[in-house]
Amino acid sequence: MNRLQQLFQKQQKDLLSIYYTAGYPNLGDTLKIAETLEQNGANFLEIGFPYSDPVADGPVIQASSKQALDGGMTLHLLFEQLKDLRQKVTIPILLMGYVNVVLQYGVEEFCKKCREVGVDGCIIPDLPMYEYEELYQPVFEKYELSNIFLVTPQTSEERIRKIDALSNAFIYLVSSSATTGSNLALSTQSSDYFKRIADMELKNPFMIGFGISDKATYDSANKYASGAIIGSAFVKNLKQDDLEGSIKEFMVQFSV
Amino acid sequence: MNYFVDERGYYGDFGGAYIPEMLYPNVEELRQQYQRIIDDEQFKKEFKALLKDYVGRPSPLYLAKRLSEKYGANIFLKREDLNHTGAHKINNTIGQILLAEKLGKKRIIAETGAGQHGVATATVCALRGLECVVYMGEVDIKRQAPNVARMKMLGAKVVAATSGSKTLKDATNEAMRDWINNPVDTHYIIGSVVGPHPYPDMVAQFQSIISFETKKQLKEQTGNELPDYVLACVGGGSNAMGMFYHFIDDQSVRLIAVEAAGRGVDSGFSAATTTLGKEGVLHGSRSILMQTEDGQVVEPHSVSAGLDYPGIGPQHAHLFKTGRGKYVSITDDESLNAGLLLTQYEGIIPAIESAHALAYLEKMEFKGGENVVVCLSGRGDKDMETYMKYFNL
Repeated sequence: MNRLQQLFQKQQKDLLSIYYTAGYPNLGDTLKIAETLEQNGANFLEIGFPYSDPVADGPVIQASSKQALDGGMTLHLLFEQLKDLRQKVTIPILLMGYVNVVLQYGVEEFCKKCREVGVDGCIIPDLPMYEYEELYQPVFEKYELSNIFLVTPQTSEERIRKIDALSNAFIYLVSSSATTGSNLALSTQSSDYFKRIADMELKNPFMIGFGISDKATYDSANKYASGAIIGSAFVKNLKQDDLEGSIKEFMVQFSV
Repeated sequence: MNYFVDERGYYGDFGGAYIPEMLYPNVEELRQQYQRIIDDEQFKKEFKALLKDYVGRPSPLYLAKRLSEKYGANIFLKREDLNHTGAHKINNTIGQILLAEKLGKKRIIAETGAGQHGVATATVCALRGLECVVYMGEVDIKRQAPNVARMKMLGAKVVAATSGSKTLKDATNEAMRDWINNPVDTHYIIGSVVGPHPYPDMVAQFQSIISFETKKQLKEQTGNELPDYVLACVGGGSNAMGMFYHFIDDQSVRLIAVEAAGRGVDSGFSAATTTLGKEGVLHGSRSILMQTEDGQVVEPHSVSAGLDYPGIGPQHAHLFKTGRGKYVSITDDESLNAGLLLTQYEGIIPAIESAHALAYLEKMEFKGGENVVVCLSGRGDKDMETYMKYFNL
């Protein structure tokens, strides 16, 4: 069982996960941000490896990805930066990025590296489910990685059941049909959708992401889910000249 | 060998639908419906009628006599430049707007590079009274002002793509993001044989009218429906796929696809995808694309905005890999000179895209008497500024 699965076995309420882009704001900040986030209460992390054409992302993640790439971030470099990850960080870590970058690195090699540095799973939004089943699943299992699937308000019940069967940690509920970082307040429509998913009694817990930006949206997501994922709002708040300070300042709202 | 799409949405190793879950319901709806709609008798009737009465089809197949004498072969030009709006793009937008109506969509989005597909989309939206939003790179908006004005006059909203390199691939990203944010009432009209399945197949079917007509016209003019060669330029590859479509299974017909070498394939300013690219995933399908070791998409260059794309459609990747098609490239200079040559030999000013296909004639060796069809995919009006600068006109 990987760290992520262990976490969900222990706790299925009020979890807070933070996404950030590797190599942003400075190329060398990746590990420092992870450490600081753990110290300030994050339960697990998603580290984004940047891609030139991130279609599922809004302006904030696009800009951070571009800055990271311009600064020289690559997947090779990210694994290098994460070499000492497990001496410094104990919470579960997911890598998040687009399929072409993984393909060029090599699927087997990518998974092997994830395992080596202590990554627990991946979110690859443009990896098709059929391809995961045929080509990725055996490799993911070999290296004890969890694959995290997304579900949206338009995903059919049949497909959600299938995603549930293929998942072994949690399911990522996209709060509304939007790219990341949209400012849509969680509406009655979204609470109907969260309730509908909760009533399906899936075997996997779920986390809500996209549009979660502060304590209020985090709390409302927590009413229905095991927790929430914050990305754009966190990335937007990072300050190049006061990295630790800006992280603490952002995280303090979530400490009780 | 099967050169067409299989049940899973693949052409050999290429194709598929590499899309985030947010796009899945839309693309899946299209996948389930497109063939049924295209094969519907009523749809076929409407499509055919609009192509005839609105677009002006069939487009002529013209035997270019002086060009033929120069090269020592029978050079036929398939005159897509004479279509309404000046290029082959309208064949696809007519098909897709009718399909969008059948799907009950109220809002149309599109990406555009040079603006030709944007204009063709804005045109059919005006024709059918549908809302139209066109994404265009900020850089392209500046260099293609007349087409921006045409789209606006046609009632479309032109939105600048300000991310990444601010050109065609970024406009495509923005259109996909719009579709993610508007999952119910919107149809995305992709302008080339790229994107997730079923787009490459659907666009190819709409463009296949080009080779369908060519076969008939060749039969009438030469007695033989099969030429020795067909040539077309390739950016994403929609006019080429239309030109190849009905000849693909006729192995005696040699298919030549001409990519843009830009300032030269080794110059760092090129769009010669099959020479410089590797297998990977871009804009929802597995194909060949120009990228770094790390899998980041590389910015292409070509003097012709329509060929300025870092990938090719998955069916082209398959034709290339299997050797069924020959993929070559032509530089900016060669294409501009070929454009001037056609103008002065035949009185036809071609789009610089199409001039790439014409330029390859110069490099071919003919025994004499071969029948060669070149797809003249668009007219050169939009390129006058580039021609003027280059030739000091």
